[in-house]
Formats: sequence, C-alpha cells, structure tokens
Amino acid sequence: MSKKKRWLSGPYVLWMVIFTVVPLGVVAYFALTDNITGAFTLQKRANVGSYLPIFLRSVGLSLVSAVICLLIGYPVAYCIARTKPSTQRLLYLLVMLPMCMSFLLRTLAWVALLEDTGILNTFLGKLGIGPLPLIRNYAAVILGMAYNYLPYMIMPLYSVIVKIDHRLVEAAQDLGCNSVQVFSRVILPLSLPGIVSGVTMVFVPAVSTFYISQKLGSTGTILIGDVVESQFKGAYNPNLGAALSLVLMALVFVCVGLMNRFTDDDGEEIVTI
Amino acid sequence: MPHELIRLTNLTQVFDGETVLDSINLYINNQEFLTLLGPSGCGKTTTLRIIGGFQTPTSGDVLFDGKRINDLPPHKRKINTVFQKYALFPHLDVYDNIAFGLRIAKLRETEVDERVTEMLGVVSLKGFENRKVNSLSGGQQQRVAIARALVNRPKVLLLDEPLGALDLRLRKDMQNELKRIRQAMGITFVYVTHDQEEALSMSDTVVVMDNGRIQQIGTPEDIYNEPKNAFVADFIGESNILDGIMHEDYVVEFCGRKFQCLDKGFGPKEPVDVVLRPEDVDIVPLGQGQLSGTVTDITFKGVHYDIIVDLKGFKWLIQTTDHSPVGSQVGISLEPDAIHVMHKSEYSGQFGDYSSYSAEFDELADNVEEDADE
Repeated sequence: MSKKKRWLSGPYVLWMVIFTVVPLGVVAYFALTDNITGAFTLQKRANVGSYLPIFLRSVGLSLVSAVICLLIGYPVAYCIARTKPSTQRLLYLLVMLPMCMSFLLRTLAWVALLEDTGILNTFLGKLGIGPLPLIRNYAAVILGMAYNYLPYMIMPLYSVIVKIDHRLVEAAQDLGCNSVQVFSRVILPLSLPGIVSGVTMVFVPAVSTFYISQKLGSTGTILIGDVVESQFKGAYNPNLGAALSLVLMALVFVCVGLMNRFTDDDGEEIVTI
Repeated sequence: MPHELIRLTNLTQVFDGETVLDSINLYINNQEFLTLLGPSGCGKTTTLRIIGGFQTPTSGDVLFDGKRINDLPPHKRKINTVFQKYALFPHLDVYDNIAFGLRIAKLRETEVDERVTEMLGVVSLKGFENRKVNSLSGGQQQRVAIARALVNRPKVLLLDEPLGALDLRLRKDMQNELKRIRQAMGITFVYVTHDQEEALSMSDTVVVMDNGRIQQIGTPEDIYNEPKNAFVADFIGESNILDGIMHEDYVVEFCGRKFQCLDKGFGPKEPVDVVLRPEDVDIVPLGQGQLSGTVTDITFKGVHYDIIVDLKGFKWLIQTTDHSPVGSQVGISLEPDAIHVMHKSEYSGQFGDYSSYSAEFDELADNVEEDADE
C-alpha cells in the first residue's frame, strides 16, 4: 500500500488511541497505585496471588467450554462447507441467528430453563423425576459459555474448511487414503488454523466473562471476571480490580500465544482476534 | 509384451440429464502412452475421472486386468493421478508430499526414504526436500505432482492436462521430461489434453473426442494423415475442407475438376469431404498449377507464411516459405498424396473454410478455450 493511502486508517487509529490505549494506561495506573494515597506501590498487590484458584477455575472452565464448542462446531462447520453455496449462506445465517439476540437475554433464558422451579424441572416433576440440580454448578456455567460462544467457533472453522480444495481430498484418495485417513491426514491438518482461531475466539471472551457465572453458577463457581466486577461495583477497590484485569490480560496473551504455536511455522492464514 | 490393461465398454455418463459421455468403447494396453484429445467439454476429463474412480459411470463397465472395477473406490485402485493444477498438499513439504502414498501404504521408513530419494532424482528435484510446495515454481510443483504419483509404482498413471498451467517453453521441456520418465519406468500413461501438438508429439495412441463420443482412435500419424471426419481434420492441425465427389477409386472431383488421389473404397459418385493440409498445397506461378486464385492475406509465422488464397469465393489456407504479395494471382498445384478424401459426417460443412480467417481471432479463440477449462 502506498504511503498516501495510510491516512485511511486514521479514524481507526484515533478511535483505538482514545478508547483503548488511553483506558489501558488508566487501568495500568490504577493497578500500580495505592487507592488512598495515589502513590506507586506493589505492596498492596501481593494479595492478587490469593486469587490464583479463581484464575485457574476461569481458565479451566473456559478451556472445557472451548473443547465442547470444538466438538460440536467442527462437524457442523464441515457439513455446512460441503453443501452447495446457496445452502451454505442460509445455514451460516442460521448459525449466526442467536447472536442477533442479546447475550443477557440468552443467558437469562437458560436460567428460566434450568432453575429448580424452571421449565425443565417442572416438566420432569410431572414425570415424577427431580427436581434435578441443573443450575448453580460448573456444568451449568460451562453450558452457558459453550452455548453463547459456539457461533464464534463455527465461523472461523467454516471459513477455513470451505477453502480446502476438494481436489486435495481426491488426491489423498488417489494415494491410498480411506475416508478416515483423508480426514486425519489432509482435512484436519489443513483446518488447524480454523481450530486455533475458533478456540481462541471462544476461550478469550469466556475466560473474562462475569455474567454467565453469576446467573448460572453459585458462589463456588465464581470466576475472575466476577471478582473484577465486584471490585469496581461492590467492594470499591478499583486498584485491585485493575490489577486483576492486567493479570487476566497477560494470561490471555500467554494462552493465545501458546495456541498459535500449534499452527504452521510460517504463520499464514491464521485468523486470530 | 503389450497386453490389454484397461477396457471401457459402452461407458455412458449423464449429469443432470445431459449426456457427457455417450457409449465410449476403448482399450488401453500396458506401457502404452494414450492421449485423450478434444476441446473443453468433450468428455475427456470425465473419462479419466471414471478410470481413476472419482466418478461412477451411469452405465457401462470399466475393466482393469479383466476385472470389473466400477465400484472399486480410488484408494483401492493401482492407478495414480497427476491432477490438473497438481493438488499438492500445502501443509506438507516436498519430501512429505512425495512420501504421502508410501506412508499410507505403511512402508518402512527406510524404504520410504530410499524411494522418495530415488524419485527426487528422477524429477530432478534433489535439494528441494524441505521446501514448502507453495514456494515452488509451476514447473517444480508439476514435477512434485508427478513424483508423488509415480513413487507408488502404479500400473497406470493418469495425467489431467498436467502442463496446462505452464508457459510454452516450460511445457516443451516437461513434454520431453515426461516421455523420458515414462520410458525409464515403463508405466502406462493416460494423458488428457486439448493441445493437439502435445498429443501428437507425445503419444503412442491418440483418442480424439468431441461431444462425449470418440471420433477417431489411431497413432499420431494416422490421426493427422488420415482423419476420419471434418472435426478431426480441423481439430488436429489446420485443414482446408472442400466438398467433392468420388468418381471412382483414385479419382476425386472438387473445385470443378478431377484430381488423382490415393483413396479408394467409396461408393460410385459418393459426395465426400476433401482435406488439403495447408503445408501440402504448393503455390506456383500463374498458369502452371491445376487451379488458380488471388492472395488476400499473408501473415509471417516465423518458419513459414500463412497465405490466404481466394479460389472462386472459397478461401484456402496455404503454408509456404515463399512470399506472395497480397492481390497477386497465383497458381495452385496439388500432388495426389496431398489429397485426403473422407466420408461425409455430421461435421461436414462446419469446418475447413478460411473465409473468416484472422490470425488474431485464432489466438483469441485459443485463450477462451483455456479459460473455459479452469
């Protein structure tokens, strides 16, 4: 691109500076200062370490939900990519459809479905079963994450799989592959960039979420996003909240960096956030 | 010892009600270099895909070594394919691409290494083992594709327009390379192309196809010298095709006079198509030949001139090394062996008149055809 065209990215750069870079600086400032005196300190941040179990829980639940999304999303993305183009557009639209609805609403709908007096348990009760503990546990939180972020898994998978040249499949068959080998030797390795970016796109929002665990989880399933939120809104210790946010951000970078190492060394076609 | 390896009997393929192949009957001997030649949409690639197992024929049989293999999936056939645009695996390097089939066959890694190394030598790609296939030139990718197929030592190698994406110079080199490789390995080649020159220079047997039907099967010399109908005469090289009448054996009438020829076995007074190859027609001073006409166009082609001569409204293409100015009156001389007589066919009257001849148009038409293949 010529130098003259660079100014076209100006609005975005300005936007990013005002609404991302500057706030990030503010977060960093809060994270490294004392909430009363305003002086730079790291002493008060020593207790960040005590949140380690919550960090680990957030990462664990997010990874589990990302894997579930992958297991559900891959076959669907593969099927969509193998239909004819007009059908592909329709199916893709259907996959995206839940995202047109509010994230909060979707989560609340699960509460209505799963709670002890909810739709499912009422129904089961009529059959003489339950009420089952469907809500306020890890499973419900994972379900909420997987449900909300599944489209983010299918999107990148679909766009990578649809680009795989069908002749490569024929070439593999020609060279002696049965259908299982065609998948494991050709299709799966070629869709690896889609898998990495799909897992990233599910993992990153899931690890920092705070609403899902509040609605579908219990006090025992509290996530790091909830802690950050409560530091700003409840306990009013924005300095601790900011510090936790920074640690979370670093954690996300490390995870994304690790995942990207699984793809090709020349790093082409990697779609990350 | 040549013996029959593949036989296609009454092979018919219908896609969405459209007949793409119409009763193809063909046999292929082992160690033969057979070329399926024809314009886009003639069914040549479909035929190849059926042999490879990527397409199940609507009706008819495919026999391999005498056994019916219609329903045998591609991975169980002793056939390998060099795909159009190569279809190399982009996630593997050159070595792993070539080793792919051997590893699927679960060969010991020492033998894999031996055979891949040998094959890298055959296609002159030593030293490229660890290169990404996307970083290779078209000609190199092409050689990887050939090596990837040949390393499995198939009985038959199918090649689908393997040189189509290469420039002219590289194509010539690769033609020689392919001939050399085949002689060295003694494998049956079934080759698909729309390039008649490629077909003539490489094949033992040429199968000319059009509209899903075989028009002619023969050696390159047969196909060129004894075309069966106007389509073959026009598609293979340039031809002037005239209406004529066969009076008796060795005597044919066209352009209002009788000529000696070498053809026989036609019915009395049978209307025929007469083929005159542009290079077989001689331009002589006015009054010396059997016919005369006016030069309307001359194009320098390097080795020869393309000269268009108007003979009473029918324009002939003549190729000669002598220059004749536009507008000049010339005589035309025909030896008996320059004249080839064919039975009338559904193609009669469609080809062989150079009234609309234009060198530019010719090239344009070629490009359109190549684009349509993609």
